[in-house]
Amino acid sequence: MFIGLFTLMIGYFVYFEAVLSPDVINNPYNARQEAFAERVIRGSILAEDGTVLAETQVAEDGTEMRVYPYGNVFAHVVGYSTRGRTGIENLANFTLLTSDVSTIDQIRNDIHEQKDQGNSVVTTLNVDLQQTAYSALGKNRGAVVVLEVETGKVLAMVSKPDFDPGSINEDWDRLTAEDDTDSALYNRAAQGLYPPGSTFKIITLLEYMRENPDYADFSFRCRGSLTEGNYTINCYGGTAHGQENLTEAFAKSCNSAFASIGLSLDETEFASTCDSLLFNSDLPFDLTYSKSSFTLADGATPAERMMTAIGQGETVVSPLHMAMIVSSIANGGVLMEPYVLDHVENYKGGVVDTYSPTRYGTLMSGEEAAALTEYMKAVVEDGTGRKLNDLGFSVAGKTGTAEYSNDKSKSHAWFVGFSDTGDTDIAVCVLVEEKGSGSEYAVPIARQIFAEWYTQKTFAW
Amino acid sequence: MISLIVELSRYVFIILIAMYTFLCFSVLRKKNQEEINHGWKVQNLITFLIHFLAFGVIFIQSWQVEILVFYLLQLFLLQAVLVFTRLIYPQINRLVLNNMCFLLMIGFVILTRLSFDRAVRQFQIAAGALLLSLIVPVLIRKCAFLQKIPWVYGIAGLLLLLAVAFVGKEDSGANLSLVLGNFSFQPTEAVKLTFVFFVAARLAKSTEFKDVALTTVLAALHVLVLVFSRDLGGALLFFVTYLVMVYVATKKRLYFLGGLGAGVLAALIGYQLFYHVRIRVLAWTDPFSVIDNEGYQITQSLFAIGTGRWLGMGLCQGMPNKIPVVEEDFVFSAISEEMGGIFAICLILICMTCFIMFINIAMQIKKNFYKYTALGFGTLYGFQVFLTIGGAIRFIPSTGVTLPLVSYGGSSLVSSIVMFAIIQGMYLLKEDEELEIEKERERAARARAKARKAKKAGADAEGRQRKAEPGKQPKERPARKKEKS
Repeated sequence: MFIGLFTLMIGYFVYFEAVLSPDVINNPYNARQEAFAERVIRGSILAEDGTVLAETQVAEDGTEMRVYPYGNVFAHVVGYSTRGRTGIENLANFTLLTSDVSTIDQIRNDIHEQKDQGNSVVTTLNVDLQQTAYSALGKNRGAVVVLEVETGKVLAMVSKPDFDPGSINEDWDRLTAEDDTDSALYNRAAQGLYPPGSTFKIITLLEYMRENPDYADFSFRCRGSLTEGNYTINCYGGTAHGQENLTEAFAKSCNSAFASIGLSLDETEFASTCDSLLFNSDLPFDLTYSKSSFTLADGATPAERMMTAIGQGETVVSPLHMAMIVSSIANGGVLMEPYVLDHVENYKGGVVDTYSPTRYGTLMSGEEAAALTEYMKAVVEDGTGRKLNDLGFSVAGKTGTAEYSNDKSKSHAWFVGFSDTGDTDIAVCVLVEEKGSGSEYAVPIARQIFAEWYTQKTFAW
Repeated sequence: MISLIVELSRYVFIILIAMYTFLCFSVLRKKNQEEINHGWKVQNLITFLIHFLAFGVIFIQSWQVEILVFYLLQLFLLQAVLVFTRLIYPQINRLVLNNMCFLLMIGFVILTRLSFDRAVRQFQIAAGALLLSLIVPVLIRKCAFLQKIPWVYGIAGLLLLLAVAFVGKEDSGANLSLVLGNFSFQPTEAVKLTFVFFVAARLAKSTEFKDVALTTVLAALHVLVLVFSRDLGGALLFFVTYLVMVYVATKKRLYFLGGLGAGVLAALIGYQLFYHVRIRVLAWTDPFSVIDNEGYQITQSLFAIGTGRWLGMGLCQGMPNKIPVVEEDFVFSAISEEMGGIFAICLILICMTCFIMFINIAMQIKKNFYKYTALGFGTLYGFQVFLTIGGAIRFIPSTGVTLPLVSYGGSSLVSSIVMFAIIQGMYLLKEDEELEIEKERERAARARAKARKAKKAGADAEGRQRKAEPGKQPKERPARKKEKS
C-alpha cells in the first residue's frame, strides 16, 4: 500500500515538473526570475511572421535597452518590462529569460564573459491587421479585438488611448498622474467593461430561441416605443419599425420588439444561459482581463427585464468577451480559447516549445449557432450593418449603441461580427467610446479590418 | 569557467545518483556473494564521489577554507562509520548502512549550502549519534527484558508529550520543543521510539480484544496530546503507524478499516472545529489565493522545484533560502531546485528501498516483539518520508515533518540514526535466528547420522562431510533464503 502511495507521489511529481511548473513559476512572487536576468539577455517578442515587436539591444559597453519598433501600436498586448511587467512581457517572462543555446555556445559565451541569448516568443499577432485596426480607430478611445475563429488565435488587440512601452519610465508620472482621465495603461480590449447595448440582443435572441421552439413565427408591431408599467423603452431615434418578423426586428435592432421578448423570458433560465456564455466567471485567457457580469434576479421589475434584454441593464462586458462569444457562433457553437503565444524559438530559430489551439467547450448547439449566423447575416445584408454588404464576401454581425449616461447624444459604439467564408474566418469586435451609434462609428472600422484580412487572404492565394 | 563547471556538475550528479539508485534495486536480485559485495563497494564509491564533487562545487563558489576542513571531517566520519560498523558487525545489512550514509551525506551537502553554521551543528550531533548507534545492535541482541516493560514506554512517552504540550516552546504555531538551558530538543522524536516499543511489546504479549483495546486507549492519548499541541504531522504519523502495527499483529481487517474510518471522521471534525486546520487545507487546495500569508511557504517551495525542473539550477545557483524553514520541512524542495527533479526522484526511490528493506526484515523475523518493532519503524519511516515530500510538492497538505537523516534538526537526526541502528539490530537478530535454525538442523542431522551409524558401518564418510559444513555457511546463505520464501 505504501509503495502505491510512493508511486502516486512520484507520478504527481513528474506531472508537476512536466506540466504544471511553467505556469507556476511564472509568478511575480517568484524572485528567481530576476536572478535569471543576470545571466540571460531577455529574448525577443515576434509577430506571427517573425517581425520584431520587442527586443533587447546590447550596447558596446554591455548596457541593455528594451526596444519596441512599433511603439504605441502593440503597447497593451505586448506590454512593457522595465517598470513592473504587463502583457506578453509578463506572460512569457520566464521563457524570455530562459536560454536554450547549445553547450558549445554556452562555453564560448562563458569564456568571453558574455550573457546567453534568451529564447524568443513568436506570438499569434498579425502586424498588418493590428496596424489597420490601430489607424482605423484613429484618435478615438476604444478597443479592437480580432480572433481567428477556428483556432482562437488573437490576431489583433488594440486599445486606445495608448502609450509607448519604450519610454514607459520617462512617461510614468504623466500616465499615472492623479488628474489623468485617459487611463492609457489600461488594456480596454480585455480589461474594459462596457454596457453591451444592442450587441447583447444576440444573447437575448439565443435565449428566446431556447425557450420558444416556434421562435420563427415571432411577429411584432413596433410603434417606436414600448411601455410596461411606468417605464418606456424607445427605439433608436424614435423610429417606428411597424410590423416585423424576428429577422427584421434583429436586423433593424428594434428595441421595442426585444423589450417585449425580454418581458417574456424566464429570469433564471436567462441568467443560466449567460453564465454558460462565461458571464460572471473566469475567461480562458492568459493576459490580464476583467470578468463580465450579468445580473437578473427572480422577480426583477419589468423595467429591469426590458433594459437587460436590450443590453442596457446592469450588464457589463469586455470587448474580448464579446469577440469570444461571436467566434463561438462562427465556429458552430464551439469556443476555442483565445491565445497570444504561438511558439518559442531559441536564438537560432529552432523551435523549443509550441502552443496548440485549445478547445474550451460548446457554448451552444450547432443548430443554434447556424440560426444565429443567419440572423446576424441579415443585419449586414439589410440592417444596421449595411455598410459591410459590398465587401465581396459574406459577413455576419450585430451593431450596438450603448447609452451609459443620461446624455443620450453620447454613447459607446459597438460592432461584433465575423466573416462567413468557411475558410480561416475571423471574429471582430470593435468598441468606440463616447461617440454615437454603432452603425455610424464602429462598422466602418470593422470594414477596414475585414478588407485588410481579405486582401491578405487573396494575396496568399 | 566556474559557472560552466557548476553547470556540467549537474549532469554528473544525476548520472551518479541514478547509478546508485539502480544498484539499490539490482544488487538485491543478485545471488553471487562476490557480485553483491562489489555492488555495495560501488555504492560507497558513488557516495564519496558525489560528496567530493558537491563540496568541490560549493568550494569554488565561495573559496572558504572552512568548507574544505568541514569536508575532510565529514569524509572521515562517513568512512569511520562504514569501516567500524562492518568491523563490529560483519553481518550487518549493507543496503541499510549504505543508504544511511548516503542520506546523511546528501543532508550535509545541502545544509552546508543552505547554512554553514547549521551544517556544522548537524555534523556534531550526527557524530555523537553514530557513536551511540554502534552499541544499539548489541543492546537489542542482549537485552531480552526490553519487551517486558510496555507500560514504562507508554507512560514515559505520554508524559514527555504532555510536558511539551504544556511547557513546550511554541514554534510556528505548534508546541514542539522542550528547552533546558540553551539546549532544546523535540520529545516527539524520542517518543516515536518509545511508542513503537510500547505498541510492539503489548501486541507481542497478546492480541485479545481486551488488551488491544487497552493499548488503543493509550495510543489514542498519544495522538490526542499531539493534536492538542497542534503537531498534526506527528499525530498523523503515530496514528498510521499504530493502525498498521495492529493490523499486522491481529490480521483483522476490521480493526484497520474501523481505525481508518475513525481517523477520517476525526479529521473532518478537526477541519470544522479548528481554524488552523482549515488554513492548512486552504494553503494546499489554493495556495496562490493566500500567497502572502499561509500559502507563502508552499508556493515558494513550488517555485523552487518548478524553476529547478529536471536538471536543477546547479549547487549554490538557486534561491532555496526563499522558502521559510527550508532546512527542516522543505529540504526536499531545496535539493530538487539545485540538483534537479531527476535527482529528487532518485532520492525518493532510495528512501523507498530503505522502507522496503525495513519491511522485509520485519517480515522475516520470527519473534513477534522484534517483528512488530521493525514493522513499526518501517511504517514510521516510510510514512514520514511520504508526508514531508508529499507536502513539499503539494501532493498532500503540508504537515511540517522532517525528511529523516537529511533535514536539519538534532532530535530528528538522533532518532532517525537510532531507528536505523535498531533495525540493524533486528537484522542481526534475524541472522541469529537463522543461525539457530541451522544449528538445529545440524543437530538433527547428526542424530540421524548416529542412528544410521549404529545400523550401517559405511555411514562414516557421510558424517565427516556434514562436519565440514559450518565453514561453507556464508556462501550458502542466499540460496537458503530463496528456499524459505
